[in-house]
Amino acid sequence: MTSKTKTKTKTNTSPNKHDYLRMYTQMVRIRTFEDNANQLYLAGKMQGLTHMYSGEEAVAVGICEALNDNDRITSTHRGHGHCVAKGANYKEMFCELLGKQEGYCRGKGGSMHIADQSHGNLGANAIVGGSMGIATGSALRAKLLGQDDVTVCFFGDGATAQGLLYEVMNMAALWNLPVIYACENNGYSEYTKTEEIAAGSITARAEAFGIEAFSIDGQDVLGVNELSRKLVARCRNGEGPFFVELMTYRYHGHHVGDINREYYRSKKEEADWKENRDPIIRFRGWLVEQGIATEEEIEALNEQIKQDAKEAVAYAEAAAYPDVAEVDMHVYAETDPATLQAGN
Amino acid sequence: MREITLSQAVNEALAEEMRRDPTTFILGEDVAEAGTPFKVLSGLVEEFGTERVIDTPISEPGFVGLAVGAALTGARPIVDLMFGDFIYLVMDQLCNQAAKQQYMSGGKLSVPMVLRTNLGATRRSGAQHSQSLQVLVAHIPGLKVALPSSAYEAKGLMKTAIRDNNPVVIIEDKLMYQDKAPVPEEEYLIPFGEANIKREGSDITLIGTSSMVQVAEEAARILEAEGISAEVIDPRTIVPLDEDTLLKSVRKTSRAIVIDEGHQNYGITGEIASRLNEKAFYYLDAPVLRMGAMDVPVPFSPVLEDLTVPTPERVAENARRLCAGEMIHAA
Ligand SMILES: Cc1ncc(C[n+]2csc(CCOP(=O)(O)OP(=O)(O)O)c2C)c(N)n1
Ligand SMILES: [Mg+2]
Repeated sequence: MTSKTKTKTKTNTSPNKHDYLRMYTQMVRIRTFEDNANQLYLAGKMQGLTHMYSGEEAVAVGICEALNDNDRITSTHRGHGHCVAKGANYKEMFCELLGKQEGYCRGKGGSMHIADQSHGNLGANAIVGGSMGIATGSALRAKLLGQDDVTVCFFGDGATAQGLLYEVMNMAALWNLPVIYACENNGYSEYTKTEEIAAGSITARAEAFGIEAFSIDGQDVLGVNELSRKLVARCRNGEGPFFVELMTYRYHGHHVGDINREYYRSKKEEADWKENRDPIIRFRGWLVEQGIATEEEIEALNEQIKQDAKEAVAYAEAAAYPDVAEVDMHVYAETDPATLQAGN
Repeated sequence: MREITLSQAVNEALAEEMRRDPTTFILGEDVAEAGTPFKVLSGLVEEFGTERVIDTPISEPGFVGLAVGAALTGARPIVDLMFGDFIYLVMDQLCNQAAKQQYMSGGKLSVPMVLRTNLGATRRSGAQHSQSLQVLVAHIPGLKVALPSSAYEAKGLMKTAIRDNNPVVIIEDKLMYQDKAPVPEEEYLIPFGEANIKREGSDITLIGTSSMVQVAEEAARILEAEGISAEVIDPRTIVPLDEDTLLKSVRKTSRAIVIDEGHQNYGITGEIASRLNEKAFYYLDAPVLRMGAMDVPVPFSPVLEDLTVPTPERVAENARRLCAGEMIHAA
């Protein structure tokens, strides 16, 4: 079994045994990626900061498993989970985290801009709410060019405070764009509780524009996936946009350096989410119960993923940094001079 | 004299001014209990309460707009913009709504507010958390812009900024928050538009802003060992700019390098160099050189990021060549 993901093109049929195992695998791959990223940071091998997705795996996986490779997503500062879920490989991801040339962004992006563009990930964004226009614009393009892909815009509860969201939701609703706004409500925006920075209901914001909105348990990958498949199909059918609020929780601090956090979040609350609502433990229990996998098979899968991560980390650590000559490459895109000839 | 960090210096300035003037208050993301991610505001909420140290949602144009309105009607808001990179989000509030009120009203309205934010690369924070965007605000008439180069300047300039009757943007280097410098216990203010001669010299003038003052000082030490005497000047505010002090120095040394961490193209360095060329042309033995950040988005990879900012070695190298009479192109 390899953790390298395969190209996906069909998602219409309801999930089978293979799909369920894949969902599980993807969730564990995210958790394992983050555990390793955290270690790299703590060991001083990774410079800068990074925001862990651990605890929120069912959101990214439930949604991305309802998409195919032509569908697009936009990601956030907490973007490793979206990146893995949309089909990225460990090797290029760890290389990017360490600023190596073989990283997805040739080391130029780093943790907050990591993305595997070839699987439809339009990029992670270090500006909160910064990708809302991009996602909606991608959906506008699909509609204008008659393409049937759907765009999912991931953002946090804190990002609902950005005015941009209301400008683009208005246009998306006016023009029936195939975009799904996926609000990952993990209860906090940095060191502040959501209720202190968001008045009223989050879904009501979308409903004000006539957008159908849902609020669901983001720790239940099956529920997330089921709703996502329906909404994706309806988007393809011209019924978009949609808004989904996914109730979830981040296990780590806001970023890896946010360690003493009891002044804003109790250990008890953290333990409750980890012990009683963990999306991986819950789904694993279901897989065994349904006879889709045995405990032993699951353990072997977990072990394999750990091994894959270990190898990818070792590879990335040994990999080369970009050549210094790359520093001023890629500032401007090339334009074929032929297209600039009059008459062409 | 006691030494405190730049972070403590800013904190003290804010506390002193908030005690002095009950119309001041702080507005920004995670400024209260968290004291900002850089912990610069720690403790202020305990003294002044959440009425005057106000946590906002992540709505930068919104809360800068609130500050403009509050300032226009008699308060003195101090806005905390977590990263200088977010200044793009608030440009309309700052440049259309704050900067022009005094002028558009024929002198009847004023906007006494402070926007404090930061600059600086090499923190491995990626392209959207590493920019030095002082030029954007310096370009707009009606805004004043201060760039403290140490804890001492950070405190004195902040106190002046709060008492000034105009919108002031004060930009701290986020890599300097833990750097210590001597700061008197007694109250002092640093007037705007007064450059500080950090070090006297006779062969070349190195004009640096913010942390580039340290880069210039380090370059001056390198040059001194080689027998080149460099004068180092910190303008402290780029709007208003103390042209007189800069011109006097350049007329004496006949050579200058201007160093700023913003991009070099169309930058702060170009503006200052151009003023020196216009007003000290006959005194110059060499073109005034600009040294800004490389004209690329700030890359994440440490090996690339370190290439993008001026360093003491590169400043010294350019100074050496200027003093040797080489007509060099900007590095
Ligand atoms: C425009 C902007 N403002 C502020 C920040 C600093 N910041 C980074 S993440 C964050 C909190 C975001 O909260 P939320 O949207 O709920 O996402 P979460 O971190 O919880 O996943 C803030 C304030 C930023 N990156 N961009
Ligand atoms: Mg959140």
